[in-house]
Amino acid sequence: MPKRPPLSFHLVQRGEIPRLYAWGYRLLAVLFALMTGGVFLAALGYSPLNIYGTMLKGALGSPGMQRETIKLTIPLALTSLGVLLAFRMRFWNIGAEGQIAAGAIAASYFAYFQAHLPTAVLLPLMALAGILAGGLWGLIPAWFKTRFGTNETLFTLMLNYIVMNLITFLREGPWRDPAGGFAATPRFPKGARLPELPLPFVGNVHIGWIVTLAMVLLLFLYMRYTKQGYEIAVVGENERTARYAGMPVRKIVLRTMFLSAGICGLAGMLQVAGPDRQLTDAVAGGRGFAAVSVVWLARLSPFGSLAVAFLFSVMQKGCSMMQTEYRIPASMSDILQGIILFCVLGAEFFLQYRISRRKEALA
Amino acid sequence: MTGFWDQTSAFLYAAILASVPLLYGTLGEILTQKAGNINLGVEGMMYLGAVFGFLVGYGTDSLVLTLLSGFLAGAAGALIYAFLTVTLKANQNVSGLTLTIFGTGVANFLGEKAKMNAPLGTAFMSDRLRSFMSPMDLGAFSRLPVIGPLLFQHSIMTYLALMAGVAMHLYLKRSRPGLNLRAVGENPAAADAMGVPVAAYKYVHILIGGGLCGLGGVYISMVTCLGNWQPNIIAGQGWIAMALVIFASWKPLRAILGSLVFGALSVLRLYIPKSLIDIPAALFSMLPFVVTCLVLVVSSIRMRREHQQPAGCGVNYFREER
Repeated sequence: MPKRPPLSFHLVQRGEIPRLYAWGYRLLAVLFALMTGGVFLAALGYSPLNIYGTMLKGALGSPGMQRETIKLTIPLALTSLGVLLAFRMRFWNIGAEGQIAAGAIAASYFAYFQAHLPTAVLLPLMALAGILAGGLWGLIPAWFKTRFGTNETLFTLMLNYIVMNLITFLREGPWRDPAGGFAATPRFPKGARLPELPLPFVGNVHIGWIVTLAMVLLLFLYMRYTKQGYEIAVVGENERTARYAGMPVRKIVLRTMFLSAGICGLAGMLQVAGPDRQLTDAVAGGRGFAAVSVVWLARLSPFGSLAVAFLFSVMQKGCSMMQTEYRIPASMSDILQGIILFCVLGAEFFLQYRISRRKEALA
Repeated sequence: MTGFWDQTSAFLYAAILASVPLLYGTLGEILTQKAGNINLGVEGMMYLGAVFGFLVGYGTDSLVLTLLSGFLAGAAGALIYAFLTVTLKANQNVSGLTLTIFGTGVANFLGEKAKMNAPLGTAFMSDRLRSFMSPMDLGAFSRLPVIGPLLFQHSIMTYLALMAGVAMHLYLKRSRPGLNLRAVGENPAAADAMGVPVAAYKYVHILIGGGLCGLGGVYISMVTCLGNWQPNIIAGQGWIAMALVIFASWKPLRAILGSLVFGALSVLRLYIPKSLIDIPAALFSMLPFVVTCLVLVVSSIRMRREHQQPAGCGVNYFREER
């Protein structure tokens, strides 16, 4: 009897897949992730359905809760937009955390030391300072990358901790509130706080929500319909092609990274002038990293990022509710976020590759 | 003069204590990156090691099980990462960051839960278990003047870390599998053509690397935090380890030296008399990262191949795409 050859598989890259099919597939992956989270909860002796129900209620159950969820969505969505721009260019900006912080510091400077200005001047100035500070902070790794090929993943990552410690330094030292018992910065004067505007169905939320929505639209148009947006896509696809086509790659990288980091800086400004009303160590609060997950789940789409950022914020807000109601630690939100992303990252493989049995070699 | 010497030796001893978890994390990440994978999940794997080491130690009171579970927890985190990046070809940066978010979440969750269920709201490891981490008695060595207390009165985990560093150096430089591993990290296609099983090499080394990170976490929960669970227990030490990988230019022996330097930096402030120099704490904690940025920039300017990240890092290998 002839020996049967051992089973052997190999991978074949798929062609284009219909978009609807692909999104349905990703949705399945998210559902699978929520089920996995449910099994984890069941193993701890909770009823997953009750828990997920409480989570939704805690995040969206009342206008007050909805406002809190929106306030979480604003900085995360905005940061995601920034990160997305760099990722489109395959520039691994892992430094959003620090760029948020840089923007927050610069904005806070004006709030603390130029508060005599009228609000109509002060707030735009703070926003501008935030964008500039964030952008310049992001330009540093971009410049070294284009000039010397310095690894941007590692560089942007390290820069995070420099600027975060700078906040701690300012809070404990020069900017410390002399009146407070703790080492904390003073609250912003009234003129340096963002005004609130009613969001349909939800009520008053600081104007960051308008900025975020506008930015989503703007970024979508920028990437789809402008020359610069096209350049980013080409550089991201293949740097050599871009160079061959005569594109000034270096300039494009620097410009895009400035914009990417500037948007993150703006997110920092909105956070200090909006909900925080003072400069704290938690101004970035892990959003710079979460944003990487968001844009990846959203396949680098601006509208998708907004939706995913909202979903993550619902989870975060909902999980803080579970802590009070079921004594389930709020870190459940991080676990769920991790599981969802693991599942979607894994699922992506099956959209890109097909496993096929290896045919016998035609000897 | 004796006062000065006492102070200095106390400082050096504290520096060594602080360097151990950094060394575990750094060695783990060096091994991972040598396989051509950059795993941003060091922080997360340290968290996993810390919490499972803690829970098992708390529950069983056995040193062996504590260390083993810490190692396995870190390796399990690395397994998720390896499965995603090696088998499923997912993006390395995103997979690693997600592992950090996930590991941090799991650790804070389980640790918090253990505290809630503990009788007095605080979960402590037993004194008996922690006594295994007290300085070992190495006979005559430990009683040598000056260097005895400094070098030969440490816990078993300190010596394990040192041995791991030396062993990794020999493995990478002097062994056949070590050479193959470097080939996998630098040029997986060439390694594949040479007949090296690329995926298997990646899996094994990513997993062992994760296990080492897990041990770093165990050290933090047992020694640094005195066996008492605290939220956010790792507090960024995994990221310092990431920095150290660069600082050590991917060399295990330099990692030993580098972790000592970074460990010393982290405790230095407590040992300088305030009257001499008074540098704010935050600027001190900033220092390792500033130094790392400089190293990163300088090494890229000098373009010295042997001081760079392995060339295959960050790119997943897909044989059919050559």
